[in-house]
Amino acid sequence: MTKVSLVHKEIDKETATSLLGFWVYMMTDCIMFASLFAVFIVLKNNIADGRNGAELFSLPFVLTQTLILLTSSFTSGLAMLAAQRTKLKDTFIWLGITGVLGASFLALEVNEFVNLDHSGSSWRISGFLSSYFTLVGTHGLHIMVGLLWLVGILVYMYKKGLNETSVKRLTMFSIFWHFLDVVWIFIFSVVYLLGVN
Amino acid sequence: MENSMYRSKAFKAYSTGFVLSLVFTLVAWGIVNRHVTNEHQPYSHLFIHILVLSLAILQLVVQLIFFLHLGREKKPRWNLQALLATILVIIILVIGSIWIMNNLNYSMMNTVPSQEDRPF
Repeated sequence: MTKVSLVHKEIDKETATSLLGFWVYMMTDCIMFASLFAVFIVLKNNIADGRNGAELFSLPFVLTQTLILLTSSFTSGLAMLAAQRTKLKDTFIWLGITGVLGASFLALEVNEFVNLDHSGSSWRISGFLSSYFTLVGTHGLHIMVGLLWLVGILVYMYKKGLNETSVKRLTMFSIFWHFLDVVWIFIFSVVYLLGVN
Repeated sequence: MENSMYRSKAFKAYSTGFVLSLVFTLVAWGIVNRHVTNEHQPYSHLFIHILVLSLAILQLVVQLIFFLHLGREKKPRWNLQALLATILVIIILVIGSIWIMNNLNYSMMNTVPSQEDRPF
Protein backbone atom coordinates (compact mmCIF):
# COMPACT_ATOMS: atom_id res chain seq x y z
CA MET A 1 0.00 0.00 0.00
CA THR A 2 2.88 2.38 0.73
CA LYS A 3 4.18 1.69 -2.77
CA VAL A 4 0.85 2.72 -4.30
CA SER A 5 0.86 6.14 -2.75
CA LEU A 6 4.49 6.44 -3.71
CA VAL A 7 3.70 5.78 -7.34
CA HIS A 8 0.62 7.96 -7.43
CA LYS A 9 1.53 11.00 -5.39
CA GLU A 10 5.29 11.34 -5.26
CA ILE A 11 7.02 9.97 -8.30
CA ASP A 12 10.76 9.85 -7.77
CA LYS A 13 13.07 12.39 -9.31
CA GLU A 14 14.41 10.09 -11.99
CA THR A 15 10.92 9.26 -13.27
CA ALA A 16 10.00 12.94 -13.27
CA THR A 17 13.11 13.73 -15.32
CA SER A 18 12.30 10.96 -17.82
CA LEU A 19 8.75 12.24 -18.19
CA LEU A 20 9.96 15.80 -18.79
CA GLY A 21 12.45 14.51 -21.35
CA PHE A 22 9.69 12.64 -23.12
CA TRP A 23 7.51 15.76 -23.05
CA VAL A 24 10.32 17.73 -24.74
CA TYR A 25 10.61 15.02 -27.42
CA MET A 26 6.85 15.36 -27.97
CA MET A 27 7.29 19.13 -28.46
CA THR A 28 9.89 18.57 -31.21
CA ASP A 29 7.52 16.08 -32.81
CA CYS A 30 4.83 18.77 -32.80
CA ILE A 31 7.21 21.15 -34.61
CA MET A 32 7.81 18.50 -37.25
CA PHE A 33 4.06 18.09 -37.75
CA ALA A 34 3.69 21.89 -37.89
CA SER A 35 6.16 22.05 -40.78
CA LEU A 36 4.23 19.32 -42.61
CA PHE A 37 1.02 21.30 -42.01
CA ALA A 38 2.69 24.43 -43.43
CA VAL A 39 3.72 22.47 -46.54
CA PHE A 40 0.20 21.09 -46.94
CA ILE A 41 -1.47 24.50 -46.60
CA VAL A 42 0.94 26.04 -49.11
CA LEU A 43 0.45 23.23 -51.67
CA LYS A 44 -3.26 22.70 -50.99
CA ASN A 45 -4.48 24.38 -54.19
CA ASN A 46 -1.79 22.97 -56.49
CA ILE A 47 -3.88 20.07 -57.75
CA ALA A 48 -2.25 20.00 -61.21
CA ASP A 49 -5.45 18.94 -63.07
CA GLY A 50 -5.91 16.07 -60.62
CA ARG A 51 -8.77 15.79 -58.19
CA ASN A 52 -9.15 18.07 -55.14
CA GLY A 53 -10.19 17.40 -51.55
CA ALA A 54 -13.90 17.92 -52.20
CA GLU A 55 -13.87 15.10 -54.76
CA LEU A 56 -11.65 12.73 -52.76
CA PHE A 57 -12.64 12.95 -49.10
CA SER A 58 -15.71 11.40 -47.49
CA LEU A 59 -17.02 13.24 -44.43
CA PRO A 60 -18.74 10.26 -42.68
CA PHE A 61 -15.58 8.16 -43.14
CA VAL A 62 -13.30 10.74 -41.58
CA LEU A 63 -15.74 11.31 -38.70
CA THR A 64 -15.60 7.57 -37.92
CA GLN A 65 -11.80 7.70 -37.87
CA THR A 66 -11.84 10.75 -35.61
CA LEU A 67 -14.28 9.24 -33.11
CA ILE A 68 -12.27 6.00 -32.96
CA LEU A 69 -9.02 7.85 -32.25
CA LEU A 70 -10.64 10.19 -29.72
CA THR A 71 -12.10 7.24 -27.80
CA SER A 72 -8.75 5.45 -27.83
CA SER A 73 -7.10 8.59 -26.41
CA PHE A 74 -9.67 8.54 -23.59
CA THR A 75 -9.14 4.82 -22.86
CA SER A 76 -5.33 5.20 -22.85
CA GLY A 77 -5.79 7.80 -20.10
CA LEU A 78 -8.00 5.37 -18.16
CA ALA A 79 -5.33 2.66 -18.51
CA MET A 80 -2.84 5.04 -16.95
CA LEU A 81 -5.22 5.89 -14.10
CA ALA A 82 -5.79 2.19 -13.42
CA ALA A 83 -2.04 1.54 -13.45
CA GLN A 84 -1.39 4.35 -10.96
CA ARG A 85 -3.87 2.65 -8.63
CA THR A 86 -2.15 -0.73 -9.24
CA LYS A 87 -5.23 -2.34 -10.75
CA LEU A 88 -3.63 -4.77 -13.16
CA LYS A 89 -6.83 -6.19 -14.65
CA ASP A 90 -8.36 -2.77 -15.38
CA THR A 91 -5.06 -1.61 -16.88
CA PHE A 92 -5.02 -4.61 -19.23
CA ILE A 93 -8.63 -4.05 -20.29
CA TRP A 94 -8.29 -0.33 -21.01
CA LEU A 95 -4.92 -0.71 -22.74
CA GLY A 96 -6.33 -3.60 -24.79
CA ILE A 97 -9.28 -1.45 -25.90
CA THR A 98 -6.84 1.35 -26.80
CA GLY A 99 -4.86 -1.08 -28.94
CA VAL A 100 -7.92 -2.45 -30.75
CA LEU A 101 -9.22 1.08 -31.47
CA GLY A 102 -5.78 2.22 -32.63
CA ALA A 103 -5.47 -0.78 -34.93
CA SER A 104 -8.92 -0.15 -36.45
CA PHE A 105 -7.99 3.49 -37.02
CA LEU A 106 -4.81 2.41 -38.80
CA ALA A 107 -6.72 -0.17 -40.86
CA LEU A 108 -9.18 2.51 -42.03
CA GLU A 109 -6.32 4.81 -42.96
CA VAL A 110 -4.41 2.17 -44.90
CA ASN A 111 -7.67 1.28 -46.66
CA GLU A 112 -8.20 4.95 -47.60
CA PHE A 113 -4.64 5.25 -48.94
CA VAL A 114 -4.97 2.09 -51.03
CA ASN A 115 -8.33 3.26 -52.42
CA LEU A 116 -6.88 6.66 -53.33
CA ASP A 117 -3.93 5.02 -55.06
CA HIS A 118 -6.16 2.61 -57.00
CA SER A 119 -8.54 5.35 -58.09
CA GLY A 120 -5.68 7.19 -59.75
CA SER A 121 -4.88 9.67 -56.99
CA SER A 122 -1.48 8.59 -55.77
CA TRP A 123 1.12 10.88 -54.22
CA ARG A 124 2.75 11.28 -57.65
CA ILE A 125 -0.20 13.17 -59.15
CA SER A 126 0.05 16.64 -57.59
CA GLY A 127 1.62 18.80 -54.92
CA PHE A 128 -1.64 18.62 -53.01
CA LEU A 129 -1.61 14.81 -52.94
CA SER A 130 2.12 14.58 -52.15
CA SER A 131 1.76 16.85 -49.13
CA TYR A 132 -1.48 15.10 -48.09
CA PHE A 133 0.13 11.64 -48.11
CA THR A 134 3.23 12.95 -46.30
CA LEU A 135 1.27 14.65 -43.52
CA VAL A 136 -1.38 11.98 -42.93
CA GLY A 137 1.10 9.16 -43.58
CA THR A 138 3.54 10.51 -40.98
CA HIS A 139 0.71 10.56 -38.46
CA GLY A 140 -0.21 6.98 -39.42
CA LEU A 141 3.42 5.93 -38.99
CA HIS A 142 3.37 7.37 -35.47
CA ILE A 143 0.19 5.42 -34.72
CA MET A 144 1.90 2.24 -35.96
CA VAL A 145 4.95 2.83 -33.75
CA GLY A 146 2.58 3.58 -30.85
CA LEU A 147 0.79 0.26 -31.39
CA LEU A 148 4.08 -1.68 -31.35
CA TRP A 149 5.05 0.15 -28.15
CA LEU A 150 1.64 -0.70 -26.66
CA VAL A 151 2.17 -4.39 -27.38
CA GLY A 152 5.60 -4.12 -25.74
CA ILE A 153 4.05 -2.63 -22.59
CA LEU A 154 1.36 -5.33 -22.50
CA VAL A 155 4.01 -8.07 -22.69
CA TYR A 156 6.11 -6.38 -19.99
CA MET A 157 3.09 -6.02 -17.69
CA TYR A 158 2.10 -9.63 -18.30
CA LYS A 159 5.57 -10.78 -17.24
CA LYS A 160 6.42 -8.32 -14.45
CA GLY A 161 3.07 -6.93 -13.30
CA LEU A 162 2.66 -3.32 -12.29
CA ASN A 163 5.88 -1.84 -10.97
CA GLU A 164 7.31 1.65 -11.20
CA THR A 165 8.84 0.96 -14.61
CA SER A 166 5.57 -0.19 -16.17
CA VAL A 167 3.70 2.80 -14.73
CA LYS A 168 6.40 5.12 -16.10
CA ARG A 169 6.23 3.54 -19.55
CA LEU A 170 2.46 3.63 -19.54
CA THR A 171 2.49 7.32 -18.57
CA MET A 172 4.86 8.11 -21.46
CA PHE A 173 2.74 6.07 -23.84
CA SER A 174 -0.41 7.91 -22.83
CA ILE A 175 1.31 11.29 -23.36
CA PHE A 176 2.36 10.08 -26.83
CA TRP A 177 -1.14 8.83 -27.64
CA HIS A 178 -2.85 12.02 -26.42
CA PHE A 179 -0.55 14.09 -28.63
CA LEU A 180 -1.29 11.93 -31.66
CA ASP A 181 -4.97 12.62 -31.06
CA VAL A 182 -4.27 16.36 -30.81
CA VAL A 183 -2.36 16.24 -34.12
CA TRP A 184 -5.27 14.30 -35.65
CA ILE A 185 -7.78 16.99 -34.56
CA PHE A 186 -5.82 19.44 -36.70
CA ILE A 187 -5.58 16.99 -39.61
CA PHE A 188 -9.35 16.43 -39.30
CA SER A 189 -10.01 20.18 -39.27
CA VAL A 190 -7.43 21.58 -41.70
CA VAL A 191 -7.09 18.71 -44.20
CA TYR A 192 -10.57 17.20 -44.23
CA LEU A 193 -13.17 19.70 -42.94
CA LEU A 194 -11.59 22.68 -44.72
CA GLY A 195 -10.53 20.48 -47.64
CA VAL A 196 -14.05 19.53 -48.73
CA ASN A 197 -15.16 23.15 -49.04
CA MET B 1 -12.06 1.10 -2.40
CA GLU B 2 -12.63 -1.27 -5.34
CA ASN B 3 -14.43 1.33 -7.42
CA SER B 4 -12.42 4.30 -6.26
CA MET B 5 -10.84 4.85 -9.67
CA TYR B 6 -14.18 5.50 -11.34
CA ARG B 7 -15.18 7.99 -8.67
CA SER B 8 -11.86 9.82 -8.50
CA LYS B 9 -11.28 13.42 -9.56
CA ALA B 10 -8.90 12.29 -12.28
CA PHE B 11 -11.55 10.04 -13.83
CA LYS B 12 -14.05 12.90 -13.82
CA ALA B 13 -11.47 15.11 -15.53
CA TYR B 14 -10.93 12.51 -18.27
CA SER B 15 -14.69 12.07 -18.79
CA THR B 16 -15.26 15.84 -18.97
CA GLY B 17 -12.47 16.18 -21.51
CA PHE B 18 -13.84 13.30 -23.56
CA VAL B 19 -17.39 14.67 -23.66
CA LEU B 20 -16.24 18.22 -24.50
CA SER B 21 -13.97 16.89 -27.28
CA LEU B 22 -16.87 14.86 -28.69
CA VAL B 23 -19.12 17.93 -28.69
CA PHE B 24 -16.54 20.15 -30.44
CA THR B 25 -15.81 17.45 -33.04
CA LEU B 26 -19.48 16.84 -33.81
CA VAL B 27 -20.37 20.55 -34.00
CA ALA B 28 -17.51 21.27 -36.45
CA TRP B 29 -18.37 18.19 -38.53
CA GLY B 30 -22.11 18.92 -38.46
CA ILE B 31 -21.73 22.50 -39.71
CA VAL B 32 -19.35 21.50 -42.51
CA ASN B 33 -21.55 18.55 -43.48
CA ARG B 34 -24.63 20.80 -43.62
CA HIS B 35 -22.70 23.33 -45.71
CA VAL B 36 -21.49 20.72 -48.20
CA THR B 37 -24.72 18.74 -48.58
CA ASN B 38 -26.96 21.83 -48.88
CA GLU B 39 -27.17 23.10 -52.46
CA HIS B 40 -27.30 26.75 -51.41
CA GLN B 41 -24.15 26.44 -49.25
CA PRO B 42 -25.63 28.43 -46.34
CA TYR B 43 -22.35 29.58 -44.73
CA SER B 44 -19.61 31.83 -46.03
CA HIS B 45 -16.10 30.54 -46.74
CA LEU B 46 -14.63 32.77 -44.03
CA PHE B 47 -17.19 31.70 -41.42
CA ILE B 48 -16.42 27.99 -41.96
CA HIS B 49 -12.67 28.60 -41.67
CA ILE B 50 -12.97 30.63 -38.46
CA LEU B 51 -15.44 28.18 -36.90
CA VAL B 52 -13.50 24.99 -37.71
CA LEU B 53 -10.15 26.43 -36.60
CA SER B 54 -11.56 27.89 -33.36
CA LEU B 55 -13.19 24.58 -32.46
CA ALA B 56 -9.91 22.76 -33.15
CA ILE B 57 -7.99 25.16 -30.90
CA LEU B 58 -10.68 24.88 -28.19
CA GLN B 59 -10.34 21.10 -28.34
CA LEU B 60 -6.55 21.41 -28.08
CA VAL B 61 -6.95 23.47 -24.90
CA VAL B 62 -9.53 21.06 -23.45
CA GLN B 63 -7.28 18.04 -24.08
CA LEU B 64 -4.21 19.79 -22.66
CA ILE B 65 -6.10 20.54 -19.45
CA PHE B 66 -8.20 17.40 -18.97
CA PHE B 67 -6.08 14.69 -20.65
CA LEU B 68 -2.55 16.00 -20.12
CA HIS B 69 -3.25 17.73 -16.76
CA LEU B 70 -1.25 20.81 -17.70
CA GLY B 71 -2.84 22.99 -15.02
CA ARG B 72 -1.90 20.69 -12.13
CA GLU B 73 1.84 20.91 -12.60
CA LYS B 74 4.07 22.19 -9.78
CA LYS B 75 6.28 25.25 -10.23
CA PRO B 76 8.49 25.98 -12.16
CA ARG B 77 6.14 24.34 -14.71
CA TRP B 78 8.75 23.14 -17.20
CA ASN B 79 6.12 21.32 -19.25
CA LEU B 80 4.09 24.48 -19.73
CA GLN B 81 7.18 26.54 -20.58
CA ALA B 82 8.32 24.03 -23.19
CA LEU B 83 4.81 23.98 -24.64
CA LEU B 84 4.56 27.77 -24.88
CA ALA B 85 7.97 27.98 -26.61
CA THR B 86 6.81 25.27 -29.03
CA ILE B 87 3.54 27.08 -29.77
CA LEU B 88 5.54 30.24 -30.57
CA VAL B 89 7.77 28.30 -32.99
CA ILE B 90 4.74 26.66 -34.60
CA ILE B 91 2.95 30.01 -35.10
CA ILE B 92 6.05 31.57 -36.70
CA LEU B 93 6.62 28.49 -38.87
CA VAL B 94 3.06 28.04 -40.14
CA ILE B 95 1.92 31.66 -40.48
CA GLY B 96 5.33 32.68 -41.87
CA SER B 97 5.24 29.97 -44.53
CA ILE B 98 1.70 30.83 -45.62
CA TRP B 99 2.52 34.53 -45.74
CA ILE B 100 5.74 34.16 -47.72
CA MET B 101 4.40 31.60 -50.18
CA ASN B 102 1.23 33.60 -50.85
CA ASN B 103 3.33 36.69 -51.53
CA LEU B 104 5.47 34.64 -53.87
CA ASN B 105 2.37 33.38 -55.70
CA TYR B 106 1.12 36.96 -55.96
CA SER B 107 4.43 38.23 -57.35
CA MET B 108 4.58 35.39 -59.88
CA MET B 109 1.01 35.93 -61.11
CA ASN B 110 2.03 37.75 -64.31
CA THR B 111 4.44 35.05 -65.38
CA VAL B 112 2.48 31.90 -64.51
CA PRO B 113 -0.86 31.96 -66.34
CA SER B 114 -3.17 29.58 -64.44
CA GLN B 115 -2.25 30.17 -60.83
CA GLU B 116 -5.15 29.80 -58.49
CA ASP B 117 -4.34 32.30 -55.79
CA ARG B 118 -6.77 31.81 -52.97
CA PRO B 119 -5.40 32.72 -49.55
CA PHE B 120 -5.13 29.74 -47.16
